[in-house]
Amino acid sequence: MNCQCKCSSGKEEKYAPIDRVIEKYQGQEGALIPILHQVQQVYGYLPEDIQAYIAEKLGVSLSEVYGVVSFYALFTTVPKGKHRLSICLGTACYVKGSGEILAEFEKKLNIKVGETTPDGLFTLEACRCLGACGLAPVMMVDEDVHGRLVADDVPKIINKYKGN
Amino acid sequence: MKSIQELMQIKEKIENVAAERNKRGIATIAVHMGTCGIANGALNVLSAVEEELKLQKLTDKVAVIKSGCPGLCFDEPLVTVSIPGKASYIYRKVSPENAKKIVAQHIGNNQPVTEWLINAAGEKFEEINYLKYQKRIVLANCGFIDPEKIEEYIARDGYFALAKSIKEMQPADVIDIIKKSGLRGRGGAGFPTGMKWEFAYKQNNPQKYVLCNADEGDPGAFMDRSVLEGDPHSVLEAMAIAGYAIGSNQGYIYVRAEYPIAVERVGNAIKQAREMGLLGKNILGSDFSFDIDIRLGAGAFVCGEETALMTSVEGKRGEPRYRPPFPAIAGLWGKPTILNNVETYANIHHIILKGWEWFASMGTEKSKGTKVFALAGKINNTGLIEVPMGTTLRTILYEIGGGIQNGKKFKAAQTGGPSGGCISAENLDTPIDYDNLIAIGSMMGSGGLIVMDENTCMVDIARFFLEFTQDESCGKCPPCRIGTKRMLETLTRITEGKGKPEDLENLRTLAVTIKNASFCGLGQTSPNPVLSTMRYFMNEYEAHIHDRTCPSGICKSLLNYSIIKEKCTGCGVCSRNCPVGAISGKVKEPHVIDAEKCTKCGTCFDKCKFKAIVRQ
Repeated sequence: MNCQCKCSSGKEEKYAPIDRVIEKYQGQEGALIPILHQVQQVYGYLPEDIQAYIAEKLGVSLSEVYGVVSFYALFTTVPKGKHRLSICLGTACYVKGSGEILAEFEKKLNIKVGETTPDGLFTLEACRCLGACGLAPVMMVDEDVHGRLVADDVPKIINKYKGN
Repeated sequence: MKSIQELMQIKEKIENVAAERNKRGIATIAVHMGTCGIANGALNVLSAVEEELKLQKLTDKVAVIKSGCPGLCFDEPLVTVSIPGKASYIYRKVSPENAKKIVAQHIGNNQPVTEWLINAAGEKFEEINYLKYQKRIVLANCGFIDPEKIEEYIARDGYFALAKSIKEMQPADVIDIIKKSGLRGRGGAGFPTGMKWEFAYKQNNPQKYVLCNADEGDPGAFMDRSVLEGDPHSVLEAMAIAGYAIGSNQGYIYVRAEYPIAVERVGNAIKQAREMGLLGKNILGSDFSFDIDIRLGAGAFVCGEETALMTSVEGKRGEPRYRPPFPAIAGLWGKPTILNNVETYANIHHIILKGWEWFASMGTEKSKGTKVFALAGKINNTGLIEVPMGTTLRTILYEIGGGIQNGKKFKAAQTGGPSGGCISAENLDTPIDYDNLIAIGSMMGSGGLIVMDENTCMVDIARFFLEFTQDESCGKCPPCRIGTKRMLETLTRITEGKGKPEDLENLRTLAVTIKNASFCGLGQTSPNPVLSTMRYFMNEYEAHIHDRTCPSGICKSLLNYSIIKEKCTGCGVCSRNCPVGAISGKVKEPHVIDAEKCTKCGTCFDKCKFKAIVRQ
């Protein structure tokens, strides 16, 4: 949400973390992507006002920043749920039935892939290979990898993360 | 650090620590903690080991080591216990409870718990079946050292190749050795590494760059992750050697953000190397300065293509650029640049120390050394393996991989990811190297090897790959952007039972056009999975189109469900669970499925306890 009070202090406070990130990369070429990564870590997503602020600070156009944000799958312009459920649809997982695991999550959470539950707890995503093919089918919840999944694990995983 | 002698002192110090441990009879417990191990609970195993040691008051008699992944993913989490003067034992699938018992019984009573052991007879690690046919060079340290301690890498001759290069060799000598070794790029295309370095070396430019491609995007390949997690210094050392050889002072490692543990360990390794003076200004007291920074990928498969990767490091949309000029002439920020992948780099220090003759003695005529493969899919032993070039698929699948899961029949192995193709049963005995794989319609790629059995539908797999490339196409050139979309639509139609006879010819025409007209490697190779499955499994395409059946029983729209009267007890579970009310029947009497209403979801098939429902 943009600050509507027109005082400069609120804006400064809101964007202070961005200033700190940009400062780290002062004078470095090609820093836009690392900056976006770190800013997204702070705010959870990259809405237009934040992209505009980064563009202004770096002295590049908003279209350049937006072009990068929209190109890479890991950047998002909409807020995500508290936990990101990312089901691997790489080849090894696919031949071992990860499509069915994904369908089970869709059923249990009552959302489609790419959507967030109304309570803001879970975002369901599909990803391309987590590099843990030996444990296929696998998924990532936030930064934890879960392997050798079967459909019965789905409610267990949902319950585990619901509590915290 | 200024000299080889200082390196030697660190090595000796570590060796002395180990000797001292041996002398005092101190055992070691290594918990293997790669991504797979951690995903399977290695962190809990580690705390259980530490707790139990405290409880048993054994902490001063045992050293606990956090190690990388030795490649046996199917048996994770693994724990290795070594008692001085005795064989090392490797435990498989260790739970926290088992870990406690292992501590009590193996360490406490000196009795290995044989039923959980991989090497129950105490045979050496390299003698167990999974490793007998392997030759580990790239993976030599993975699982045997603590990747977070630079000293352990140095103790295994780490950074001696860099020291040798800087102190005893001219840049041209380094390039000469790499050229003579016959090392070819392990990222996919197999371009000779030494030649690439030479092109960049010959450029007269004060600013050059050394890049490492760790954007391991091929689904099914995870060797780069394992090397970065288990032996990060081997990559840093090789990049510094490359920097010395071509005359560069700056390197970048481009790592996928999907590999958080690898990113963390590489970051830690760079910090340690800088602190020791093995990266940074005036390395080992010489005039040579070289530093490395990490750049994170952001989830774009096309960034594995070299020019797209460079555009991404520059902070832009990762779209490929036209070649020539090749990166060795004008790459990152227009400067001469070399780009190699993780596995290629992990070979370099071995070649410098052991000589090109040693390396060239392994492999086939045109493909030297070893290749790491990630075994996955429907095979018993999934994991990372490293074999000499020229090993046959049969050896890999049946000797190392332990055969196909559940005793099923082998159908195909997919190599080269979305750019590659399938190896069918008729080529099981072809020696695997770069050129042979291309001859049989596949490619080496980065080394993902996904095994498919009789229950895998090859048309569905072709559709799966097209969906992948279509999704990942950056959109810059129309043949890739639109062509793959049209191919995907056709394949989807076929798997839905709406295929037309002319679809096959259309697919072939599109494939050839996309191959010839696309801008970069992603588009040029995207039709390969379709061409290769059409070459070896045409009968499956025909069955889908002409007979409207899926021989493997995968394509849902082509399946028909029916109830075997004799087996049906009339329990009613199927009719209660059917989401569309397509099943009817009286209690305790055989039920029937209304084919008109049935959406072929398969719920009844899964729910029936009497196996009364057939799918064909």
